Amino acid sequence: MPEWMHIAVPSAPALFAQLLIGLINGSFYALLSLGLAVIFGLLNIINFAHGALYMLGAFCAYLLLNYFGIGYWPSLLLAPLAVGAFGILLERCFIRWVYRLDHLYGLLLTFGLALIVQGVFRQFYGASGKPYSIPEALSGGQNLGFMFLPNYRVWVIVASAAVCFGTWFLIERTRLGANLRAATENPALVQAFGINVPRMVTLTYGFGVALAALAGVMAAPIYQVSPLMGTNLIIVVFAVVVIGGMGSILGAIVGGFALGIIEGLTKVFYPEASATAIFVIMAIVLLVKPAGLFGRRA
Amino acid sequence: MKAKFILAVAAAAALGMATASGASAQGAPKPIKIGVMNDMSSVYSYLGGMGSVAAAKMAVKDFGGKVLGRPIEVIFADHQNKPDVGAGIARQWFDEQGVDAIVDLPTSSVAIAVQQVAKERGKVTLISNGGSSELTGKFCSPTGVHWTYDTYAMAHGTGSAVVKQGGNTWFFLTADYAFGHALQDDTAAVVKAAGGTVVGSVNVPLNNADFSSFLLQAQQSKAKVIGLANAGGDTVNSIKQAAEFGIVAGGQRLAGLLVFIMDVDALGLKTAQGLLLTEAYYWDQNDATRAWAKRFQAVYGKIPTSGQAGVYGAVSHYLKAMAAAGTDDGIKVVAKMRELPINDFMTKNGKLREDGRVLRDMYLFEVKKPEESKYPFDYYKQLAVIPAAQAYRPLSESECPLIKKN
Repeated sequence: MPEWMHIAVPSAPALFAQLLIGLINGSFYALLSLGLAVIFGLLNIINFAHGALYMLGAFCAYLLLNYFGIGYWPSLLLAPLAVGAFGILLERCFIRWVYRLDHLYGLLLTFGLALIVQGVFRQFYGASGKPYSIPEALSGGQNLGFMFLPNYRVWVIVASAAVCFGTWFLIERTRLGANLRAATENPALVQAFGINVPRMVTLTYGFGVALAALAGVMAAPIYQVSPLMGTNLIIVVFAVVVIGGMGSILGAIVGGFALGIIEGLTKVFYPEASATAIFVIMAIVLLVKPAGLFGRRA
Repeated sequence: MKAKFILAVAAAAALGMATASGASAQGAPKPIKIGVMNDMSSVYSYLGGMGSVAAAKMAVKDFGGKVLGRPIEVIFADHQNKPDVGAGIARQWFDEQGVDAIVDLPTSSVAIAVQQVAKERGKVTLISNGGSSELTGKFCSPTGVHWTYDTYAMAHGTGSAVVKQGGNTWFFLTADYAFGHALQDDTAAVVKAAGGTVVGSVNVPLNNADFSSFLLQAQQSKAKVIGLANAGGDTVNSIKQAAEFGIVAGGQRLAGLLVFIMDVDALGLKTAQGLLLTEAYYWDQNDATRAWAKRFQAVYGKIPTSGQAGVYGAVSHYLKAMAAAGTDDGIKVVAKMRELPINDFMTKNGKLREDGRVLRDMYLFEVKKPEESKYPFDYYKQLAVIPAAQAYRPLSESECPLIKKN
């Protein structure tokens, strides 16, 4: 076998450990693609600023700790609120103008905003990143025998699953969610019923942004808090959303977790390809079922 | 209306031509151009970035701003860590803009590509941040200068120090490109020569955020030492996540094969304490290094990295050699650079060798504990000097075609 084809086959416990790791990464993908799916599904905006907003969430946590002495747990609530408010500001000032236009305008606008935000932070903080530690209550881990499972990573899976389920329930099973979904289909009619549609839309964007910021806060203790942390992640998250189906909440969640696991397996069997595995799957899905696995629109 | 329009255009054209010809009519001497090319926006931007441009400009200013009666210009560009982008900029700089030397060049794949472009044209490359030892090995160039550090020095500095401490089984986490492989190969050679074994390795894509899967493989290999053959953000992430997975607590040792002061800053002393690393320059080593760091900080606002300090040193020596050689011809200037000894704030009696390698002392440092650090960036304690004679690949082992083998 040529050198580049060497494939390492691990034992069963080792494989299970890798699957667990994949699930953890999948939680981040799920959380981020959920925000993207909410924004696209309900607002029809391809939010390319999502990676930058995720980075803002992480930096918010860092700044809260270093300037105000506010730790991880309050930051889980404060950072999404702060970044969500910033997102609302962006929506009011810039994004609302492109709702009626072709999707491409939304994409370009949010991409430009992302570059500006990233550039500003890189100017002040450099590219090498800042330290942020795991909170005391979650440090350490469990020795499962076949692997050492950090407590913090377990928290990530649990918290992401809870937030994802909560969001799905909110949008698909509550009256508020029903109003929101109706408003995207026929805003004029819903407005006629007395529901303030523009405000709902703004708050929805803020909510999607807050989800990204939450992912950022959860990422801060384990990934490097760096102005560039969103750039590589956003492309992967987009691939996840495309695979799951651009408008589908369930598709984003299931897609996120599933693709995390697939990426984890690739890292074991053929690590050099781990950065591209998801895109290969995306290409296949686009050829076979362009609407995505759970997609409703064509 | 049409006549007015034509008149306006003609007037504008005449004005434009007058301005243009006015400039060349003075017969100003052609400037010496130095191009700083590095990563300005991504994973390695903090190693050099605009700081390297500031260092180059400092060197030009300290030299007097002129050489051979001609002014010196410093320009810069972002190669985005892509060899094709770097080579394209290099060609445009050399062929169309009359650039004489390209400086810095982190990301070894780009450095190798640009050095090749320069070699074909007899132009100079002064590599400070790029690391692969192959730059003075099979890719060597008569106009190429590898100034600051290379993977061989790292392997022999950090690698042998760790092996001496008992780390004789290694597992590598390798950034999957030229530099990572060079670093792995050079370190593996050191480990084997010292009687150790390489138990396994895994190739990780460059600019990877999550190392949990790879660290798990390293953990399961039961190697005593996990060698991090990567740099920049990848190294910081691997070290941070290794702490999370209890790797060091479980008895395995981390060897950061390429760690810079800014990585230690990004990690924080709590996580980085005890890490062994090799660098060519640390701002707080002695009065000369401190004085220069202070001047750099006044201009750029940050503590200098060894790569940025190297850019200053390389540009200064290049200009000195150009003045002494009396010509801007790349081959002659580099030949003069070889004749003149290198003495500056960070180098004592350094020498440029035939293969382009600068022989300088390297220093083994250990990262201080948080309580040992008294002021900002007080991060390192010096453990040893690795003399130039030991730090670099001897010519007898060189693959450089320029070296005549007896």
